[in-house]
Amino acid sequence: MAVARPVDPLELETPSALGRWAAAAAEFCRQRPLGAIGAGAILFLFVVAALAPVISAYDPLAVHFDAMLARPSALHWLGTDAFGRDVLARLIYGSRTALLVGFGSAIVGAALGTILGVGSAYFGGRVDLYLQRLMDVFLSFPLIVLALALVAILGNSVPNVIAAITVPMVPRCALVIRASALSIREMPYVDAARAAGFGHARIILRHMLPNVMAPFLIMLTAFLGQAILLEASLSFLGLGVQEPTAAWGLMLRGAAVDFAEAAPWMAIFPGLAISFAVFAFNLFGDSLRDALDPKLRTQ
Amino acid sequence: MRRRAALLSLLAGLALAAHPAEAQDKPHYGGELVFVVPSDPPSYDAHEEETFGVIHPMAPHYNTLLRVDPFDRTGTKPVGDLAESWTVSRDGLVYTFKLRRGVKFHDGNEMTSKDVKASYDKIVFPPAGVKSLRKAAYSSVEVVEAPDPYTVRFRLKWPESSLPLNLASPWNWIYRADVLAKDIHWYETHVNGTGPFTFVEHVRGSHWVGKKNPNYWDKGKPYLDGYRAIFISSSAAQVAAVRGERAHIQFRSFSPVERDQLVQALGPKITVQESPWDCVLLVAMHHEKKPFDDKRVRRALTLALDRYEGSKALSRITLVKDVAGIQVPGTPYATPPTELEKLAGYGRDINRSRTEAKRLLKEAGVPEGFAFTFKNRGIPHPYEPLGIWLIDQWRQIGLNVKQEIIEASAYHPMLKRGDFEVAMDFQCGFIVEPDLDLPRFLSTSDANYGKHKDTVIDELYEKQGRATDAEERKRYLRAFEKRLLDEEAHILYTLQWHRIIPHSSKVRGWTITPSHYLNNQLDTVWLGE
Repeated sequence: MAVARPVDPLELETPSALGRWAAAAAEFCRQRPLGAIGAGAILFLFVVAALAPVISAYDPLAVHFDAMLARPSALHWLGTDAFGRDVLARLIYGSRTALLVGFGSAIVGAALGTILGVGSAYFGGRVDLYLQRLMDVFLSFPLIVLALALVAILGNSVPNVIAAITVPMVPRCALVIRASALSIREMPYVDAARAAGFGHARIILRHMLPNVMAPFLIMLTAFLGQAILLEASLSFLGLGVQEPTAAWGLMLRGAAVDFAEAAPWMAIFPGLAISFAVFAFNLFGDSLRDALDPKLRTQ
Repeated sequence: MRRRAALLSLLAGLALAAHPAEAQDKPHYGGELVFVVPSDPPSYDAHEEETFGVIHPMAPHYNTLLRVDPFDRTGTKPVGDLAESWTVSRDGLVYTFKLRRGVKFHDGNEMTSKDVKASYDKIVFPPAGVKSLRKAAYSSVEVVEAPDPYTVRFRLKWPESSLPLNLASPWNWIYRADVLAKDIHWYETHVNGTGPFTFVEHVRGSHWVGKKNPNYWDKGKPYLDGYRAIFISSSAAQVAAVRGERAHIQFRSFSPVERDQLVQALGPKITVQESPWDCVLLVAMHHEKKPFDDKRVRRALTLALDRYEGSKALSRITLVKDVAGIQVPGTPYATPPTELEKLAGYGRDINRSRTEAKRLLKEAGVPEGFAFTFKNRGIPHPYEPLGIWLIDQWRQIGLNVKQEIIEASAYHPMLKRGDFEVAMDFQCGFIVEPDLDLPRFLSTSDANYGKHKDTVIDELYEKQGRATDAEERKRYLRAFEKRLLDEEAHILYTLQWHRIIPHSSKVRGWTITPSHYLNNQLDTVWLGE
């Protein structure tokens, strides 16, 4: 009878971190093709934003009165606006504003929401009570109304717009993360850590936060699309970023409204860009949620 | 696109060409004029208000001592309204007005010099607790006298040749003296004038109705049976009201795009009247903030502007058009274009101007790419397009300008606080007259937001105001303009607003003027077929 030789663990071929990520990505693409399309579109947006000065044939801020309201042509692929500014160039540079505001507010909002949600669940008692009531107050305002009020108070620079979009996102994220963290708090390993005498900070950072990463990522991707839409809405209402900065929402207001009939390209293309970005983030976010949610993983 | 623009221009041209002939038709009696007013009146007392929301619906109920000739397109020719004639003493210190006889208030009482005196006393010497926005414009008036029932006399502290125009102010409605004596605030909530139309009703936010005054002193007028002012704030809804022929006219202005839409939709049913508008956007530069305390930097900002190219292009998309100095083009004291071109920033050779601007910035130690914030008012037309244009022009001399839009109601407090480096400022007048337009540039003026201190400007203003000879006055005004816009570049004029009134071709007898506060008595207006 042949006896199996014991395997030395060191002889096993362990894939590198990069390899593991590549494998996970390939698996994600295979199982979630729509999510992969969303991810591809997001990647495309990043490339466009990063290479804007290289791929744009025109300065997005330069006024050319001799080319006012030019319809799409070989010279100006998507036409020009009322100031003769190239619409494509402004769309390309506008992706920078969309991604900056989108990522800025979504990352800060989701991070703050996570900290508050985990803290609230971990400490419980009065801390939880007061924090949750505070969150309830914020949640009682519709997202756009709260953002409008904040930007009206703070002013309409890019950092202020990011702050105005961030604040309404925090309680929404905190609520979801708290629900996850409440179940983690009851896990034996958290009790064990507490029994071992570890401090609150270590327990939260080492044992609870890593375990709410899945809902964190889901909230983050869901917020990204919302944040881009909110930035466009604020800019459209004149409360977001200001001219002459290239921003998609901004491109939809002013002369785009005045010339909606005579020069529809001024409104159509920025509108499509907003829809494209929001759709991409939503597709990716939904697939990521499906992939990370254990209940949905087998479906 | 180009073909459509050409067609629109042709139609507008036809409409414009058709108008003078129609104006010569014999007036028809009857009908109700319906017009849109973009704003509600805050109170009924024009002496204390400054919005067209008061003038447009209510001016038909009143008369003023003098008025601007309703057929004068420049809006600068005073004619008698309640005054039949007037004389000036040799020293220019006494103006005597003879009043019309048989003029009655709508309540049946006769109008006499007592009423004119009481109204002007309220405007010029308001008692405590009474607001009079135009008190400062009459600082030369020492006393108003009523020596007999049909004579009014204004005694001045110093000669002021602009007094007749100032007395033609559309805000200076004549009220009943007895009513004012009983309750000086009565007119804030009631109407009782001598005008061609009597008051019927006002439903706030909805409409204002007036009907023909059968006892009007100017026999044969008014021609209309009545009028209805409908309050609509949305500009799209205003256009829709005219396009749907639910309103004949809106007396403020439409944008060039809205004009084109109406002309395209209604063709010959629309007549377009256009005029330079006595409104201009200025750029205030804060003289107490570096580097704008340096006149080389201020001159560079004005030299950067290609006003002629801007005029051509921006007039297609917003309410501006003419390149102008301190007076509306075409009016008596306006600087002729050839002289205007000699001022900094008004030259035809923009490359030369911008080279000079860059040299001045370098000389003043302002580095390439110097950044500052330009504060603009949160009103779409013409503030936003002009803001974009200015920033582009300044970029071309190497400045990096960020725009901050300030919400309209917070805008004036910001200017008054001086909380800006460079900011959009504006001026709108009711009559083009240097004495009314220029006091804001005096060192002591509350509206001198850039806070310049310039005794030369102050002296030139005083001299032009006291000059009795028109040519002498022009010389002082040219010197004032050169000092203000060129030598010291205290402030920067952008482009003159342009008033566009596309109205139903049925509306006759109404002539556009440079001010949307003028010509709203409606006594000369009639409705054609």
